[in-house]
Amino acid sequence: MNFEPVIGIEVHVELATDSKMFCGCAVSFGEEPNTNVCPTCLGLPGALPVPNSAALDAIIGIGLALNCDVAPNSVFHRKNYFYADLPKNYQISQFDVPVCVDGHLDISVNGTIHRVGIERAHMEEDTGKSTHLGGGGRIDSAEATLLDFNRSGVPLVEVVSRPEIYSAAQARAYAQGLREVVAELGVSDARLEEGSIRFDANISIRPVGDENLGTKVEIKNMNSFRSLELAVAYEIDRQTQLVDSGGTVVQETRHWDEEAGITQSMRTKEGSSDYRYFAEPDLTPMAMDEEWVDRIRASLPELPDARRARYQASGVDPALSAVLSSADAPIRRLFDATVAAGGPARPAASWLTGEVTAWIRKTGTDPANLELTGESLAELLGLIETNTVSASAAKEVLDGVLLGEGSPTEVAEARDLLQISDTDEINSAVDQILSENPDALESLRSGEQKVLGYLVGQVMRATNGKADPGLVNQLIRSRAGI
Amino acid sequence: MSIAHAGRALRDGTLTATDLLGSVLRKASETEAQIHAYLNIDRTGAEEAAARADADFGDGIDRGPLQGIPIALKDNMVTRGLETTAASQILAGYVPPYDATVVTKLRNTGAVIVGKTNLDEFAMGSSTENSAYGTSYNPWDITRVPGGSSGGSAAAVAVGSALAGLGSDTGGSIRQPASLCGVVGMKPTYGTVSRYGLIAFASSLDQIGPLTKTVEDSALTLSALWGHDPLDATSYRGDYPNPTRELGHGVEGLRIGVVSELRGDGYEPDVESAVSDMVDRLSGAGAEIVELSLPTFDIALSSYYLIAPAEASANLARFDGIRYGHRADGDTTEEMMSRSRAEGFGPEVTRRILLGTYALSAGYYDAFYGQAQRVRSAIRADFARAYANVEVLVSPTSPTAAFKAGERTQDPLAMYLSDICTIPCNLSGDPAISVPLGLDRDGLPIGFQVMAPALGETMLYRVASAVEELAGFDASPELAMVAT
Amino acid sequence: MPVEIDIAHVAKLARLDLTPDEMEGYRSQLGVILEHAAKVQSLEGDPEAHPEGDVTHPLGLVNAFRDDEVRPSLDRAEVLASAPESRDGYYVVPPALEI
Repeated sequence: MNFEPVIGIEVHVELATDSKMFCGCAVSFGEEPNTNVCPTCLGLPGALPVPNSAALDAIIGIGLALNCDVAPNSVFHRKNYFYADLPKNYQISQFDVPVCVDGHLDISVNGTIHRVGIERAHMEEDTGKSTHLGGGGRIDSAEATLLDFNRSGVPLVEVVSRPEIYSAAQARAYAQGLREVVAELGVSDARLEEGSIRFDANISIRPVGDENLGTKVEIKNMNSFRSLELAVAYEIDRQTQLVDSGGTVVQETRHWDEEAGITQSMRTKEGSSDYRYFAEPDLTPMAMDEEWVDRIRASLPELPDARRARYQASGVDPALSAVLSSADAPIRRLFDATVAAGGPARPAASWLTGEVTAWIRKTGTDPANLELTGESLAELLGLIETNTVSASAAKEVLDGVLLGEGSPTEVAEARDLLQISDTDEINSAVDQILSENPDALESLRSGEQKVLGYLVGQVMRATNGKADPGLVNQLIRSRAGI
Repeated sequence: MSIAHAGRALRDGTLTATDLLGSVLRKASETEAQIHAYLNIDRTGAEEAAARADADFGDGIDRGPLQGIPIALKDNMVTRGLETTAASQILAGYVPPYDATVVTKLRNTGAVIVGKTNLDEFAMGSSTENSAYGTSYNPWDITRVPGGSSGGSAAAVAVGSALAGLGSDTGGSIRQPASLCGVVGMKPTYGTVSRYGLIAFASSLDQIGPLTKTVEDSALTLSALWGHDPLDATSYRGDYPNPTRELGHGVEGLRIGVVSELRGDGYEPDVESAVSDMVDRLSGAGAEIVELSLPTFDIALSSYYLIAPAEASANLARFDGIRYGHRADGDTTEEMMSRSRAEGFGPEVTRRILLGTYALSAGYYDAFYGQAQRVRSAIRADFARAYANVEVLVSPTSPTAAFKAGERTQDPLAMYLSDICTIPCNLSGDPAISVPLGLDRDGLPIGFQVMAPALGETMLYRVASAVEELAGFDASPELAMVAT
Repeated sequence: MPVEIDIAHVAKLARLDLTPDEMEGYRSQLGVILEHAAKVQSLEGDPEAHPEGDVTHPLGLVNAFRDDEVRPSLDRAEVLASAPESRDGYYVVPPALEI
């Protein structure tokens, strides 16, 4: 039987606010354990939470960027479960009235655009961190657990996709797209390696054509886009083989073992399905009025989707638009400046994402400190367009500009890279080469086209490559009468 | 001695805060063995605070009506550097690293905190018998309970081992012990006194308020306690009423509603006759008496005993033996937590945690917790209808006077019925006050409850002061003490 | 109407390690209380008239937020002084069995 996988992804984004979600402790990583703590984030008796308005601003921004509706009214709930790194033994989260609902994110895999629905984005608080001592870090054989509550109460936004992801590659693209959005908004450090973005994937398979969802398995502990993709691919495979061999998938939580490259069943919290949610009585309801939402909307930067659309409208093809859109901000600003200076869009995009980016990588230069400006790139593209420099010479010109040798024209002159546009000079070179190669000229006249290239090459050599090869070609043809 | 009286003496130089504290501490040492109002008397801290108050008076600095006044704190309000247990074994020896907002306010206003008073463990109870550190007793009859859960504060004020006490009221825990001890107990509008640093029982119902000898003292104490607190998200940010403005203004022309649901079966005859006698006097003083039915009051208790335990089950989850409090042995985190909690919580707290957990659990939420919230909403609607016709509502505070220690400990439901008159105002969030009327045939105090709409404290205190004047109650339990 | 209670499950959810005798005692007490509490189901009238979510702050407060400002944290030594077990600035607990 043929199966198709159905995947939903939950993404936790840690917000980079100054203070925590419900208290004034600093959001700061790498500090001494239990130094950014107070009665509220330690769950001391009597302490109360007060929500951070900047975190609400951030989730509204994320919601708008993901094309969500921002709920006019929203409430916090308590999610009850016992765990050592959860100080109150309930997490302040959201249940049936999250801040954002019903959005989507468009992703591109192999040039195909796929729209993934987003069910909701809600606000919650992070837990502390457990370190399991002894037993080589494995929970099963740990001797003791150390607890640090510095992370406790850091604001988290959980973005829940609809089960509308159908391959491991799409899963990866979705996660990357989401990271791109939050990075662009500047609301999170968006660093996977530091855990500021974390993924869980719900995976099931079903016979192709079946409308119902199969039994889902939740995968945790994927710390990179690559491990997300590998884990999802592995799990799809595992479920398919299991069902093919007559087995059934059990609903469970599995752990991605990065080293072994497999998912493994893990013991889960007792009664984890019974979180006994109820409205958080320590907090008031939230009313996100239009004024608030409009204020956030007005403050949003241009988002990747809109940017790609704008690039395409200016004449850049979709693939190149995508590449440029995910380029560093200084590169994107250079593109806009080049176009503003009258430069052609497509070549500008191509040069910036190609030669310029390669040069930055090669030299390790900070893209924000380039000698290249929009005006100078526009000028260089103009030189190419008017055949003042050849495409290959233009790379040298760019190098000179980037090294601070002057404007493209100055560099081309100084490095002697200007094409010869003086027809007389080229004519005399053509005449000389043709007189030195009478046999070749004869062959050309009798229809042997392949000697044309040889003759053009000879002229180019005679002019040290500065002649316009098109013009040389044309002149030789007219001499040969073809 | 009343706060108002002491305040005048402190200001005209005939009394020092240090001497006032001395007399209060002497009273405590005479009565504590029988009453056990306090869990912990902070003599050193109190003496320092009294000395500061005296220095301030000397320097002409006046921080308000509580300056130099000895006040008792219910031990569910955290005090930095001073053990705070909420009368639970699970917090034995716990010394908080911060002060509750009300404590900060008391300190800033120059009040003298005498110590921490006894309560039912985590404020769950109506008799103070659920304390892990021993029962408190009623100063009017030491074989009886002082009520609860703020029984320690009520008893301390009644015998004079504090001029005022702070209590917390979740279902009547200020008003019911005030009624049983013959003092004034007041629950303010929800959201007006900060809950920051109050060890939570049921967050949507808990409210701190004063226990005092007189209605005027109650209003003065409330003025010092309340106000917006940025550390409590449920704290009211608007304009606050003036509690003292209409004290003594009488009831002429006011419409007073008598709640018909709060009488009948289960109400002691002496309580009913004292209440109806007061209603007659209010009428005689010019009030219009309106008989009103609020039918949802009949199911208010049921609603309360789902909502309060549900919230408590989450509020008390943090007591897990990790960051503070009692820790039992265990090979795993889970085992350690479950044993610490089973060992640390007393039976009533355990019962309510189980009850609340059940009411919220999958499959039961809608029928129990969800439905209880609907009832709560209906109760508010009933109140709103009533307040369209009357300025205040009145009833007994408690269906009975103080009951015998041990009488209801084996029957949780009978104990819960002690709160039947007080619970509706917790569910609505409205203010209410208990004012002593007099003594029953056994010499036990009877309390009269006045209820007002949210932020109606000015009117509440106006009517309460009229009740106080009409009752003319000025007996003191010291006489009863001598008799025993 | 007697109320069905899986007391062992409830105790486990609440992380209370109770003996079988204790559980039986609580089960029967909860039964009595819940039977009384079930009176909430007798609320008359249209259930939609009193939606559960209607119970918000009695003064109608909404949007009680704080500005994103850092306030001083607690002194670690003072905080850890209350901990039953701590080491090198961490709280210490027996190993977790479940995650």
